Amino acid sequence: MKKIEAVIRVEKLDDMVEALERIGCPGMMITRIEGHGRQKGLVEQFRGREYKVNFLPKIKIEAVVKDADVEKVIKTITDNARTGEIGDGKIFIYPVDNAVRIRTGEKGEGAI
Amino acid sequence: MLKRILLMMTAVVGAATLAFAQDPSGAETLAANPMAPVDYVWVLVCGFLVFFMQAGFAMVEAGFCRAKNATNLMAKNVIDFTVASLIFMAFGFALMMGTDYHGLVGISGWFLHGESYDVGKYLMFFWQLVFAGTAATIVSGAIAERLKFKAYFIYSLAVTALIYPIYGHWVWGGGWLSQLPFGIGHVDFAGSGVVHTIGGFVGLAGAIVLGPRFGKFAKDGKPRAIPGHSITLAALGTFILWFGWFGFNPGSTFSAHQLRIAVIAVNTNLAAAAGAAVAILLVFAKTKKWDVGMMLNGCLAGLVAITAPCAWVEAWAAVVIGAIAGALVVGSVYFWEARGVDDPVGAVSVHGINGIWGLIAVGLFADGTYGLGTTSEPLVKGLFYGGGSGQLLAQVIGAVVCAAWAFGLGFVVFKIMDKKFGVRVSPEEELKGLDIIEHGTPAYPNFYNYNN
Repeated sequence: MKKIEAVIRVEKLDDMVEALERIGCPGMMITRIEGHGRQKGLVEQFRGREYKVNFLPKIKIEAVVKDADVEKVIKTITDNARTGEIGDGKIFIYPVDNAVRIRTGEKGEGAI
Repeated sequence: MLKRILLMMTAVVGAATLAFAQDPSGAETLAANPMAPVDYVWVLVCGFLVFFMQAGFAMVEAGFCRAKNATNLMAKNVIDFTVASLIFMAFGFALMMGTDYHGLVGISGWFLHGESYDVGKYLMFFWQLVFAGTAATIVSGAIAERLKFKAYFIYSLAVTALIYPIYGHWVWGGGWLSQLPFGIGHVDFAGSGVVHTIGGFVGLAGAIVLGPRFGKFAKDGKPRAIPGHSITLAALGTFILWFGWFGFNPGSTFSAHQLRIAVIAVNTNLAAAAGAAVAILLVFAKTKKWDVGMMLNGCLAGLVAITAPCAWVEAWAAVVIGAIAGALVVGSVYFWEARGVDDPVGAVSVHGINGIWGLIAVGLFADGTYGLGTTSEPLVKGLFYGGGSGQLLAQVIGAVVCAAWAFGLGFVVFKIMDKKFGVRVSPEEELKGLDIIEHGTPAYPNFYNYNN
């Protein structure tokens, strides 16, 4: 099992959820976050004075998937989140020790 | 000016007022002058528009400030008109428009009682009241996000009981400024000075006594932007004010029989447009961004500047006056920030500085086609139309007196309060926002966070 954590553009959320559900991704968690990558934030302006916005709003999607599905999920996310411009986001992949379905006590890949 | 308007009123509206001293039902006024209703309706409808400017100020200030202080700004914009209504009825109106005492102050008509129980007097009271409310509410922008509500309450009393009506008497109540021996005396058609310079400079005094908000200046003293929470509200507020100004300026003829109202309406609009255009272009030249916040300030600056000269200039001059106001407001915002004065919405620059510019503009651009709410002599003529420098001198004197009076008394009022109980909220309250600690009511409960 792997946990896939993707940081994407806010405006890509709806497309992403739809695409992930289409490929049968069992579940996902969404968090509204603020952050910046290598290009840092951006400069905004208020009544004639510029100011720096360090953190931009982003969406973090987390999904735990079977090892066999990892590449498929990553491809779906990159295909749907990419615009080709700076700020498309990143994907991180973590190993997962185990999973438990609370209702039945079932463990392992069958629990996700 | 209002002395003359009073005379005009007596001529146009109130032969009956003289004969019977008071006419609470209006029947005698109407019998003596069947033309009176159109003037009454004109003045009242324009007065209602000016009242609506309270909403404009509330929205501009809320939009330009952070969400955590929005409730507090609403509270201030309501309480100042509440206090103004009661205090102006009791004292302010008498001090401003009562029988003149040595050119200094009015001394009759307290509590709208006795002889003042008269439709003509009540009409004038309503008109002067909505103006007093405007002057009072201008200040709330300059002192936003850090003044104790209690201090604002007391300040509202001071400005509507003393600062505004006494200066107003000097210009509109037949006082010494209107009697200056230069030009035809100091004139201010709809109140660039009486309303806006007064409000702006009391605001400046308040902002200086309070000091800047946390985070306004970096450790090295460099000014930083504290973005407001809604340009949408700020733009709505500006539109409301722009709309309200079509009552503020044309209504100051105090009579619908003065067809000059058409010229005044056009001038008012042109100055607003020119101010907005110049402000947004200037900031674009500096930052390469189309800065809507500054455009809104520029629009209001044009309106403030045209308020005094609106009845005495022609269209091209209104554009020039508005354009210069747009430039002045941009320069003034940077000027005060560079001096460590934190004026969250630009009230000092919009109202204080451009109020002075409006007064001076009368002495330059007045074209001699119109008088003080009358088409007959004496007409107002400025330097560029062969009127010589007399009128200009009267305007400069009035402007200096106005700024000094407002800043001086405003400073004293805020300083006394600061000594007695401290005008500024605690640092914790300022950081968390005034809404929750001062009022117990966040403006946006479901969207609240401490950062914005």
